[in-house]
Amino acid sequence: MGDISKQPGHLQPAPESFLTEAEVQAIAAGRRSFLRKSFLAAGAAMVAPMAARATEAGDPEILNLPTWSTTLGKPVATNPYGIPSQYESQLLRRESPGLTRVGGASVSFCPLQGLFGIITPSGLHFERHHQGWQDVDPARHRLMINGSDPAFLKSPKVYTMDQLMRLPSVSRIHFIECGANTGLEWGNVAVPTVQYTHGMLSCSEFTGVPLKLLLEDCGVDYKKARYVLAEGADGSSMTRTIPMEMVENGEVFVAYGMNGEMLRPENGYPLRLVVPGVQGVSWVKWLRRIEVGDKPYATKDEAVHYIDLLPSGLHRQYTSVQECKSVITTPSGGQRLLEKGFYNVSGLAWSGRGRIKQVDVSFDGGINWKTARIEGPVQNKALTRFNINWVWDGKPAILQSRAIDETGYVQPSYGQLREVRGTKSIYHNNAIQSWKIVESGEVSNVQVL
Amino acid sequence: MSRFSKSILVLALAGAATSAFAFDNFSGIGRLATPAEVKAWDIDVRPDFKGLPKGSGNVDRGTELFEEKCASCHGSFGESNEVFTPLIGGTTPADVKNGRVGGFLTGDIPQRTTFTKVATISTVFDYIQRAMPWTAPKSLKPDEVYAIMAYFLNLAEIVPADFVLSDQNIAEVQKKMPNRNGMTTDHGMWPGPSAAKGGIGNGGKPDVKNTACMSNCKKEVRIGSVLPDYARTAHGNLEEQNRSFGPVRGVRTVDGDAAAVSAKPAGPSAETALATNSGCLGCHGTNNKIVGPGFNEVQARYKDQADAESRLFDKVKAGGQGVWGSIPMPPHGHVKDEDIKTLVKWILSGAK
Repeated sequence: MGDISKQPGHLQPAPESFLTEAEVQAIAAGRRSFLRKSFLAAGAAMVAPMAARATEAGDPEILNLPTWSTTLGKPVATNPYGIPSQYESQLLRRESPGLTRVGGASVSFCPLQGLFGIITPSGLHFERHHQGWQDVDPARHRLMINGSDPAFLKSPKVYTMDQLMRLPSVSRIHFIECGANTGLEWGNVAVPTVQYTHGMLSCSEFTGVPLKLLLEDCGVDYKKARYVLAEGADGSSMTRTIPMEMVENGEVFVAYGMNGEMLRPENGYPLRLVVPGVQGVSWVKWLRRIEVGDKPYATKDEAVHYIDLLPSGLHRQYTSVQECKSVITTPSGGQRLLEKGFYNVSGLAWSGRGRIKQVDVSFDGGINWKTARIEGPVQNKALTRFNINWVWDGKPAILQSRAIDETGYVQPSYGQLREVRGTKSIYHNNAIQSWKIVESGEVSNVQVL
Repeated sequence: MSRFSKSILVLALAGAATSAFAFDNFSGIGRLATPAEVKAWDIDVRPDFKGLPKGSGNVDRGTELFEEKCASCHGSFGESNEVFTPLIGGTTPADVKNGRVGGFLTGDIPQRTTFTKVATISTVFDYIQRAMPWTAPKSLKPDEVYAIMAYFLNLAEIVPADFVLSDQNIAEVQKKMPNRNGMTTDHGMWPGPSAAKGGIGNGGKPDVKNTACMSNCKKEVRIGSVLPDYARTAHGNLEEQNRSFGPVRGVRTVDGDAAAVSAKPAGPSAETALATNSGCLGCHGTNNKIVGPGFNEVQARYKDQADAESRLFDKVKAGGQGVWGSIPMPPHGHVKDEDIKTLVKWILSGAK
């Protein structure tokens, strides 16, 4: 926990001062069992050779050379496909208990609380499956392009992966966010950490072929065909409607590559649609078919789910764009600051309408704001990392971030969002996130109106 | 090669690179789809019923089919909230008349079922045909889809018990859907052109506005909600969900002894993972009934039977009904025989 005495290299010569502030308070409150456990823990720490303590001469980690400095290391290709360090076993995709009852129609959340920069490691990319995931044989996978009417497309065609991968390709970095990200929090605080509040969010470099190129190869009639239906090859054969404008402007592409390698099966191997700025459900995985048509399709995931309930009792249909949003990831809910002093406060900002222009951070619950540093180059419809310096004085604080995109849209507060959309919308919650820090250093999830 | 000829070559390559994208003849890439291929995959049905296959089905046939293929997850009347959100319920004959679900108007709707939300019956046909039943998607014939939908529509009091739904009358039924007037596309979150320009929505105008105030923006901080105590511990020990070094630590949310237990590498057994991946745990708990019996109950019933393994194998593979009540066990043809054998052994040995 936030036990300073266990921090590596922390010089603390008096071994009797091992109790944390919280432990002292617990003992003062009469919880003797806490004290016994603390003694046990401290005793174990003192006899454990690896938990060596600093002495007056200095840090034993410096004075006594560790084994990795005095022995032969492992040879190349010990792990032909590299894996994270044995010390990195804690940041994993996780489910939110009780959220769903069937693992095949569920979500696993990305551990944003421990990630750096803007690229999500492929193995930690969030998952959302509608009928389980499949590992599709690329040699047997086909992409079909047809029209809802023969007049809309001169030649309905079939492409193999061999053929798609011969075509001119693009590589672009884009965020993907589920429309229901932060959906658990519309009415009130419900989950403890940024993994569960914002973890249906990832960002990768995708490589593939612009859909425009394929549609034109099939002889599309843009005047007649104004909508695109994308369909998956899995059991659910998930479908969503996409406006032809996004295809014509070259943004939408069929991707096979992700972060330099092929897509992972959980992310649609060997082919998925990339629809920048639009919610993840439209990025159809295991993409088998594209149909062009003259009307939207009202598919299950745009007529039963992914519709936003308003206070009027109406549901908004075909909501697709992920509006400008941000969140501080370090420090964030369920974490504890180790001690007073300097911290690099860091977070992510993104917008489905383009580039992030500015991110402001407040340490007092939104009364005053300071502009954070943006780590460039800022990409279109991609995660954008921001950082800001902070010296924690040990007093309570409420941290918030507020992003502004290139259209001038400013991320709203919970009060502003609820005034228009109420609390039952489920989808598209882009409110400013607040993290409260108390004297012990513990950070928790709160909502500031 | 002279310096001169080298630069000519570079220029030539650059020219090729810039023109590659404007290239309009991807010779050798793709081929025409045959009519049979398009027919095999083009199964979507639009709200104007483009793509709808011919066929029909009545309520009685739908009742049988639903009990056989659907009730194990959805409950006999589509009312179950055990595995998926309910299909039927929450609509009234008045809603059928008005095309707005009253519960949404009053805000008094305890559970949003499929029929309280969906405005277009085409959606229901499209989805059942492409994705149901859960473990055997795309196995229903059009007549079966019509029959199951006739059963739904009767349960929702939209059509009488002697109704026959078909491609001929489905458009009339769509005009009776209880939430048919309950959708709006007047918003800024459609990325195409606005309704005024022949598209959907308002052309991208946001509905919520904030300003970038920088100092003294408000007098006080109003906290609307804090993390409830139960939610602090409901996601396990947060200490184990953060690095053990760096600027922060995860908070220990489970007390010392319990934390030590949960810190053990208690990953699911291979069999548990197999049961999860095969979809068993959606309906059976290892120690509790969900839709079907708990594996502990199955073990207790079969443990002294010599042929338990082969009998259970058949039940899993082909499905069954009656041993545990009226809700049938669907067939599981998608699970490999060797996996079924592994699972049956695991269940009979206590499903640990």
